[in-house]
Amino acid sequence: MKKKKIEEIVHDENLGMTLIVKTVARMMIAMILLFGFYIIIYGHLTPGGGFAGGVILAIGYTLMMLAFSRKLALKKLSDFWASIWDNLGMLAFIVLGFIGLNFGYFMFNFIWHGTPFHLVSAGFIPLANIAIGVKVGAALYAIFIGLSIYGRIITGEEETK
Amino acid sequence: MTVYVLDLIIFAIGIYSLIAKRHIIKKIIGMVLIEYSTNLFLILIGYRHDGIAPIITQNMEQTQFSQSAVDPLPQALVLTSIVIGLGTLALMAAYAMKLYEKYKTFDMCEIKRLKG
Amino acid sequence: MTTLPIVILILMIAGAIVAVETKNMLSAVIGAGVVGFGVRVLFLFLRAPDIAITQVIVEVLSLIILIRVTAKVDNEAIEKRIDNFANITGLIFVGIFVAFCIWAFVDMTPFGNPLMRISQHYLSAGLKETGAANIVAAVILDYRAYDTLGEAVVIFTSILGAFVILRKRGKKKIEEEDVEKIGIPE
Repeated sequence: MKKKKIEEIVHDENLGMTLIVKTVARMMIAMILLFGFYIIIYGHLTPGGGFAGGVILAIGYTLMMLAFSRKLALKKLSDFWASIWDNLGMLAFIVLGFIGLNFGYFMFNFIWHGTPFHLVSAGFIPLANIAIGVKVGAALYAIFIGLSIYGRIITGEEETK
Repeated sequence: MTVYVLDLIIFAIGIYSLIAKRHIIKKIIGMVLIEYSTNLFLILIGYRHDGIAPIITQNMEQTQFSQSAVDPLPQALVLTSIVIGLGTLALMAAYAMKLYEKYKTFDMCEIKRLKG
Repeated sequence: MTTLPIVILILMIAGAIVAVETKNMLSAVIGAGVVGFGVRVLFLFLRAPDIAITQVIVEVLSLIILIRVTAKVDNEAIEKRIDNFANITGLIFVGIFVAFCIWAFVDMTPFGNPLMRISQHYLSAGLKETGAANIVAAVILDYRAYDTLGEAVVIFTSILGAFVILRKRGKKKIEEEDVEKIGIPE
C-alpha cells in the first residue's frame, strides 16, 4: 500500500517540478548518496572526512525534497526518524570516547591500528567519521524540513512543493 | 603582506555592512563575509612556498614529506569552523523569518517604531 | 607565483562591494556566492583539498537557505530616507580599525614561511602513532578529538535553537495534518 502511494506522488503533475527535472533527479540522487558514503568511509586515506560527507548526504535528501514534493521526502525519511538518527550519531561518538577512558585518557585510540594505506586501519577514526557523518547529515536535513514548513505558512500560499 | 591586507579589506566590508545597514538580510550577508574572510586568513598563515598537501601517498619518503608539507593544524581548525558557520546561518535565517512574520517588514527602524 | 591570489582577491572585493550596496536582494545573495567561489579557488591553490570540498558543499546549502528567506517575500530593499549619520560613523570606525590592523601586520611572519612548532611533530610522527595517511584527519580525530566533540555540541545546540524558534502556536490558517509535525511537541 505504501509503495503505491509513492508511485502516485512521483507521477503527479501538480506536485514538484517539471518532467525533465524529475527524470534527471532520479538518476542523480543515487549517485550523490553513494558519493557521500565514499567520502565518509575513506576519510582517513583521501581528503574528506566526516563533516564533508555528512553535508553531502543532507544535500542528496534536499534534492529529493526540491525536485519532487515535500510529501515524498517526508515519506522516505520523516522528521521523527531524522531526529532519532541525529541523536544516535551523537550518542555513538560519546560512547566511543568513554570506552577509551578505560585504557588511558578520554578518546584514546584503543582499536588495533592495522596496516597503513588499507581501508581497515587507523583505529577508531573510521568509526568516529561514520558517527559524525550521520549526525551532521540528519541535523541539516531536519532544519530544511523545518524551514520549508514554516516558509509555506508566512507566504500563505497553497502547497505546491 | 599585500595578500593579508586585501583579505583585511573584505573583513572591513563585512563589518561595515553589519553595523551601518538597516535591512536585516544585509546584516546577515555581512556576517557571512566576516566568516569567509576569517577562514581564508587562517589558511593563508599556514602556507609554505612550493609545498605539497599534508596527505601521505604510497611512495613518499618521510623526511622529504615533513620538510615540504604545508601546515596541517590551521586546516583542522578551519574545517570545523566552516560547518559551524552553516549552523549559525540557519539560526539567523530562522530569526529573520520570525521577525518578518510578526512585523511584515525587514527594516530595523520600522521594527523599532512598531514594537510593542 | 603570487599573482594568482592577488587577482582573485581583487575580484572578491568587487563581488563583496556589489553584495553590500545593491538594492535587489537576489543580486546581493549572488554577490556573496561570488566571494565564496573565490575563497574556494584560493583554498585549492593553498594546498588544502579537505577544506575546498567542505566549502563547496556548505556554500551551496547556505545559498539555498538565503534564497528561501528572501526571494519570495521581499525582493527590493527600499530605504525610506538615507541615514547619513550611520554611514559616516561606520566608515570612520572601519577606517580606524583597518589602520590599526595594518600596523599589527608588520610584525607577522612573511607569506610563505610558516611558523611551525607543534606541526613538525604532527607531520613526522603522524603515520607511526595513528596509522592514518591523511594527517588532517589524524589531527582532528586523534590528537584533538576534544575540539571535535565541542563542535558537534555547537551544531546540535544551534539546530535545537532554530527548532524552538520556528514553533507554531495558535495559527489558524493551516490544515490539521501540519500541526504536530515540526519535531518538538508543543
